[in-house]
Amino acid sequence: MALESQDIVRRSATTTKPPQVRRARTAPVAKLIDTSKCIGCKACQVACMEWNDLRDEIGTCSGVYDNPLDLTEHSWTVMRFAEHENERGDLEWLIRKDGCMHCAEPGCLAACPSPGAIVQYANGIVDFDSEHCIGCGYCITGCPFNIPRLSGVDGKAYKCTLCSDRVAAGREPACVKACPTGALVFGTKEDMLRHAEERVEDLKSRGFENAGIYDPEGVGGTHVMYVLHHRDRPELYNDLPADPKISTLVKVWKGVAKPLGVAGMLLAAFAGFLHYIRVGPNETTDDDEREAARAVGASAVRARRETTDE
Amino acid sequence: MNEPVPRILLERYSANERTIHWIVAVLFVIAALSGLALFHPSLFALSALFGGGTWTRILHPFAGVVMTVAFALLAAAVAKDNVMRAADWQWLRRIRQVLSGREGELPEVGRYNAGQKLLFFVMVISLAGLLVTGIVIWRRYFSDAFPIGAVRLASLAHAFFAFVLILGIIVHVYAAIWVRGSIRAMTRGHVTAGWAFKHHRAWFREKIGHAASPGTRSD
Ligand code: HEM
Ligand code: SF4
Repeated sequence: MALESQDIVRRSATTTKPPQVRRARTAPVAKLIDTSKCIGCKACQVACMEWNDLRDEIGTCSGVYDNPLDLTEHSWTVMRFAEHENERGDLEWLIRKDGCMHCAEPGCLAACPSPGAIVQYANGIVDFDSEHCIGCGYCITGCPFNIPRLSGVDGKAYKCTLCSDRVAAGREPACVKACPTGALVFGTKEDMLRHAEERVEDLKSRGFENAGIYDPEGVGGTHVMYVLHHRDRPELYNDLPADPKISTLVKVWKGVAKPLGVAGMLLAAFAGFLHYIRVGPNETTDDDEREAARAVGASAVRARRETTDE
Repeated sequence: MNEPVPRILLERYSANERTIHWIVAVLFVIAALSGLALFHPSLFALSALFGGGTWTRILHPFAGVVMTVAFALLAAAVAKDNVMRAADWQWLRRIRQVLSGREGELPEVGRYNAGQKLLFFVMVISLAGLLVTGIVIWRRYFSDAFPIGAVRLASLAHAFFAFVLILGIIVHVYAAIWVRGSIRAMTRGHVTAGWAFKHHRAWFREKIGHAASPGTRSD
């Protein structure tokens, strides 16, 4: 996909600026997932398969509605079902469409060692370019949402593209197109936030006083957002993280460690060179050889004497 | 001072030891260059040496594992000569004299000096660390078996141990170049008696104790 558009604002493992002479005028986009409207029909999963030409292995029923049980290299989005009993003793079926959140500050991109294998477009979409992916799996290490999956087929990493190809041509993602209830909507992030606020207000008026928008600050906000009836307890929705952010370990590893490490190695090599030109080689002299030979001779004589003394 | 310079050679490494050393060395270069390619974008070009990023990623861990196994054999062969003794700490306190080549002012050195011994431990520890952390971050086969926190910690630790090992090897290689007559120990297997007398006097004595018995004196 990266070949089609040049509006890349961030590029993995790249220390210079990406092609970006135009000031980004594209408005950032967002997909809004309204969990309160989702009926769990999985039309979005099917649409994703169709548009992206993906076919997962046909599995077996494991006793829950989740199918497949987890994201895979072939299933870039999965509906996760949770049964929650609320304070009144009523059952709430909390269904969350899982998939890449398209973080404004993506941990996958920060961790990726291959130049250009992960890019972020001006519209906010985070995309994997399989052409440049080397299959190390560092994106999995970096992602705070546990999204990318390494393929057993080609060894490369895959995840939701937010249909970057469709969006580039002015269309909504395939999942949004297929959703029959309006639980999925797509537009500029600004519009989506406004719409989400209305939805939250509506939910509050219906007794969900903790309803809210999930657009987590820790990753700079996301281009896939949720409306949650229980914004105060995101973990109810199959462990949606309460405060996702790029792990400090990953930040150190991909931050200070790299320049310091390279500088340290270069300095060590250069220090060796300087030592050599200042001190010169440490040579064994002819005198050392003569002294050593005398010692060898003496010890040989001693040894001979010892043997004859016996 | 025109008396001829005697040429007595003392054996330092057997053919098997030399072979294993160079296997370790070659694999180290492969592991280090392929690892560094993934460490910093400025070094990614090194991946071209291995046929691209994907091959670099595939080859690196295997090179690392084989290197670690080979190193373990080498380490077993030299471990007994790398035990730190009282004189070694004295030697380290006089590191200035060491660096300026004033060896007369240092305590007598056995088969290995204190610097070599410390380096030996640095290599053992960093390679053990690389092996353990390397397996944890080996996504293709192992990472899924570990919690994400462990993988993150191991990623940072792997880079750290690699850094330590690479610095250690820089010192190791430089020392071999600086102290003339050392490299032949690992290429031909022997050193001159003068070299041993100057740099490893205690080992020299021990050696000529044996060398003095007829038949085993080299050259
Ligand atoms: C002992 C066995 C080793 C194993 C199993 C191992 C495994 C790995 C793995 C799985 C990676 C991630 C990239 C990839 O999948 O190829 C990696 C990265 C790396 N390895 Fe190793 N490795 C080993 C030894 C070494 C050695 C001997 C060195 C060099 C001194 C080294 C230096 C590095 C470096 C610098 C990186 C990149 C770290 C980063 O991205 O920050 N490794 N290693
Ligand atoms: S959710 Fe994970 S894979 Fe998606 S952009 Fe964020 S860090 Fe990258």
